[in-house]
Amino acid sequence: MDLHNVLNFPILSLSIFLPAVAALLIWAMLDDDKHVKWATLITTVVTFLITTVLWCRFNTTTHHMQFEENYSWIESFNINYHLGVDGISMPFILLTSLLCIICIISAFRCITKNVKGYMIAFLLLETTLIGVFSALDSMLFYFFWEAMLIPMYIIIGIWGGKNRVYATIKFFLYTLVGSVLMLLALLAMHYKTGSFEILDFMAYAFNFEWQIWIWLAFFAAFAVKVPMWPVHTWLPDAHTEAPTAGSVILAGVLLKMGAYGFLRFSLPITPDASQYFVPLMVGLSLVAIVYISLVAMMQRDMKRLVAYSSIAHMGFVTLGTFMFTQIALEGALINMISHGFVAAALFLCVGVMYDRMHSRDIGDYGGVANRMPVFAAVMLLFAMANVALPGASSFIGEIMVLIGTFQADPQYLGMSTKWVAIIATISIVLSACYTLWMYKRVIMGKIGNDRVDQMQDLDKREFWMFVPLIALVLWMGFYPLPILDILHTSVAHLLEQATSTKLDTAALAAHSSMAH
Amino acid sequence: MTTEILDLNVNELLLIPALPLIAALISGLFGWFLKEKLSHLICILGVVASAILSVHVFCQVVYFDMSFYGNFWTWIVSDTLNVPIGMMIDKLTVTMMVTVTVVSSCVHIYTVGYMHGDKGYSRFFAYISAFTFSMLVLVMGNSFFTLFFGWEAVGLFSYLLIGFWFTKESANVAAMKAFIVNRVGDFGFAIGILAVWYYFGSVDYATVFLAVKGFVAQDIHMYFANMEVSVITFICLALFVGAMGKSAQVPLHVWLPDSMEGPTPISALIHAATMVTAGVFMVARLSPLFEFSEVALATVVVVGAITAWMCATIGLVQNDIKRVIAYSTCSQLGYMFVACGVSAYSAGIFHLMTHAYFKALLFLAAGSVIHAMMHEQDIRKMGQLRKYMPITYFTCLIGAVALAGIPPFAGFWSKDLIIEAVQVRDMGWVTSFAEFALITGVFMTAFYTFRMFYLTFHNSDRVDPQVKKQLHESPASISLPLIILAIGATFAGLWGYYSLGMAGTGAEAFFGDAIFVTDAHNPLITLEAHAASHHWYHFLLTLPFWCAVGGIALATFMYLKKTKYPAKIAAMFPWLHQFLLDKWRWDELYQIIFVQPARCIGQFLWQKADLGIIDKGIIHKGVVDHILAGAAKMRAMQTGLLSHYAFAMVIGVFSLLTYLILKA
Repeated sequence: MDLHNVLNFPILSLSIFLPAVAALLIWAMLDDDKHVKWATLITTVVTFLITTVLWCRFNTTTHHMQFEENYSWIESFNINYHLGVDGISMPFILLTSLLCIICIISAFRCITKNVKGYMIAFLLLETTLIGVFSALDSMLFYFFWEAMLIPMYIIIGIWGGKNRVYATIKFFLYTLVGSVLMLLALLAMHYKTGSFEILDFMAYAFNFEWQIWIWLAFFAAFAVKVPMWPVHTWLPDAHTEAPTAGSVILAGVLLKMGAYGFLRFSLPITPDASQYFVPLMVGLSLVAIVYISLVAMMQRDMKRLVAYSSIAHMGFVTLGTFMFTQIALEGALINMISHGFVAAALFLCVGVMYDRMHSRDIGDYGGVANRMPVFAAVMLLFAMANVALPGASSFIGEIMVLIGTFQADPQYLGMSTKWVAIIATISIVLSACYTLWMYKRVIMGKIGNDRVDQMQDLDKREFWMFVPLIALVLWMGFYPLPILDILHTSVAHLLEQATSTKLDTAALAAHSSMAH
Repeated sequence: MTTEILDLNVNELLLIPALPLIAALISGLFGWFLKEKLSHLICILGVVASAILSVHVFCQVVYFDMSFYGNFWTWIVSDTLNVPIGMMIDKLTVTMMVTVTVVSSCVHIYTVGYMHGDKGYSRFFAYISAFTFSMLVLVMGNSFFTLFFGWEAVGLFSYLLIGFWFTKESANVAAMKAFIVNRVGDFGFAIGILAVWYYFGSVDYATVFLAVKGFVAQDIHMYFANMEVSVITFICLALFVGAMGKSAQVPLHVWLPDSMEGPTPISALIHAATMVTAGVFMVARLSPLFEFSEVALATVVVVGAITAWMCATIGLVQNDIKRVIAYSTCSQLGYMFVACGVSAYSAGIFHLMTHAYFKALLFLAAGSVIHAMMHEQDIRKMGQLRKYMPITYFTCLIGAVALAGIPPFAGFWSKDLIIEAVQVRDMGWVTSFAEFALITGVFMTAFYTFRMFYLTFHNSDRVDPQVKKQLHESPASISLPLIILAIGATFAGLWGYYSLGMAGTGAEAFFGDAIFVTDAHNPLITLEAHAASHHWYHFLLTLPFWCAVGGIALATFMYLKKTKYPAKIAAMFPWLHQFLLDKWRWDELYQIIFVQPARCIGQFLWQKADLGIIDKGIIHKGVVDHILAGAAKMRAMQTGLLSHYAFAMVIGVFSLLTYLILKA
């Protein structure tokens, strides 16, 4: 048990299982929709409050896992129930628990059929998401990773739009194929190390061939989740068909699982393979930034546009991850958190309009600002955050990735990374093009039609749903130091793992076994 | 996080940007709650107080040689990256601060009359106050990051204010265009920042400026597109792309004329006096960098000269009163850049200051006319307005002569200084070209200014009878700022030239060490030597003066005497006239080479690559169909006939045996 956890209380377990237990109780005891909604909201708020303990009691001076809990789970296979967080995973737990509250608030009015089922699915989703970010045993991780698919599948499949069946199957199959390969990799590593502990995998010196195969298997799982070009096409479909809260959690947290996977598995476990594949990752990231931005520009469906913009922004994350500099890595993490706020908020914005108009088509709108001035201001703020204006959290992330890329060691890429930084900087122009063009067509102008004329401005519930996101975007934009503080030590340790080769020790180990 | 306090009062300095910000927040967030009066009162108070404090700081810095350099806040820390936020207050900064806050105060007061009764009244005040804050951050900051922060923030408010009347389609398009074109510039700016940080390991001015000389001594080069480029040149050119965007220099000038879709007060404040001059300020601020790159300086001169000349030609034929002045702004910004490029930075900043007064004056006068004409902007539908609006007429006349460059009005002193500096400094064909462009530019400037002036206030009366019924002089809130700015437009040049010594050189000169010039470059040294032998009537001997007089004379001849000539001349060169009316067809060119290709590529990548190849081609045809087909075949195999299964088993056993035998 970690000494720093003064309460000596299983905070992680509590925050993982509180939503699940609450879901069970709600299923068994409550029938009235109103009661179900409020019970769910209270559960998410309490969960969030519990997770804030992680933030308050976090020790920023160590890279070791904190708030650890370790029990044997399936003894015969040496699988443990091992939880713990470091500076890399902790922010995501808070992000998850916070976004879950906002998701539940957003669903208060727009979900009308089978409210109970929806709320239960969401609570279970929260359980699995927090589980993913706190698991330190790879089988436990895999369990949560796969379990997450089920509530998400249900949320999109039941409460989704017209084309939801196609979207869910596509989403499910894509992610499943990737995950199966990851499972193979985990089993293979177990075969080598005799353990399922992620920390043991990190310590074990796999030889180069092994690393390549493990890396590729992980890549299949994580690249689909991020998503990276060319396995990204499930995302726009899933987003457009998902209900608002589904999109929010999908963009806000689910996408980060892929990037988190790269940080937790690929870099420290297979450092040499990670270095070997830098050109691939850089290439795909740049494709995401430039190609996807151009595609985003041409979208006629608002949700699809925001979805493509998410892919483009995740390009910065994957770019920063594979630059092997502290600044770029921290930038990537800041970008992930920031994107969690900004993309979530943009999907909420689209959701607010969808609730009124039942259309996502840009052409159906025009002049919304005339009827919804407060909403127009809120959306403007997030539009500007999406184009990474200084003062917004996204600026910090993107500029750090760019700076880190510019200074990166060219040895991994085999050419100057300055060009990479310069190409990525084009995002400054392209993100402005697609975001502002959409904003202009939807929000500005004369009142487009009678239905826009009928729109009502944000009500109190909707307004307060945006307030925390506004505050966080600005807070991180102006004062990112607290978050950077949490990242520094863990990222420095990760960087050390990622840049030191395992091949020397692997060769040594092979040699000594030969000698035997 | 060292905060060194040198003389100047930190709290006072912090208040200067803080007051407009607080005012903006109050009237922006609570505008729905406050009455019109309260909300404009708060903003005016905030900005005027900020102006008074700026003047106070100006006096302290100029007359008592105080200064300030220090950090207040740490923005980003990561590894070796450390981005503090602080201020650098010297003579260059205070000149900008006073210019910004004074013009902003005038515009705030003016807005009371101009925007009266508008639905977004308090929103407008919130925007212009917040803009003032951003501009102050831009000029007062002490690092590339604060510069960039202010840079983007002024861009944001420019976007919001151009699109202020958001039900107007043309305004929305113009706002978006302004933002995106500026972002193209910011692309360069951002790369410049990356390079500065990479090569100097710091982003604050003091450290970078200190490091430059050592850096130059080592002559560090980098490879860019297989060309060997000096690092300083690369940084300066990248940053200059940013300056070109913000200061509307060719080829990134296309957004500025369109920005005239916004309300006139902001055309005066943002698109004439302050924001668009940020690029010039940047080059002057970064003079310690630019001075060490001949290539960058030459680029600045060429771009400035082309813009000065080209935009002047476009201004000759425009019929929208605001667009004439807007092209004039582009053109005058070109003059400022040329000054910076020939290392006469102080002349550039001097012109920036005088230009701020007389151009804001011209815009506000134009706004007064537009207000009286019920939002008619076409000078072909005006004429003889001097009878109805005498104050506007006289103040506009002062603005016009100041712009044309007639002594003793403000524009003459600074413009004359720039042209003399170009004549003295020898950079080969670059300066010869610039000299030609600027001197012919003076002629055109005088001509288009007075063309606009005569068509509006003199010439024949072409006003719509409906409008004429209620033509009247504008209210005091509009005429008062006109008068204040007219005083500035009259005396700012004399004051700057004689009292402050903005034309001087060296440490004892006005800007002192705020601007760095290598002695070998400095054209002002030579000028100073010349000036000693000059009499007060020296200007009578200079070519620019006579060009200005000639321009005015020609305009007088064509628009007061022989008023049929302009149409005749236009008919003689229809192609040229149309070409100029179409603004050299830049917009059409950009449609063809950027906008349409981007859309086509986007559409292609989406429909063909994403949906066509990846989804349909690979996933559906390549994977899903095969799986489905495979499943169908597998289904067919399960026929239920025992003979089929037995046959398969026999084959299987046979193959296995064969394999084992062969292996043995």
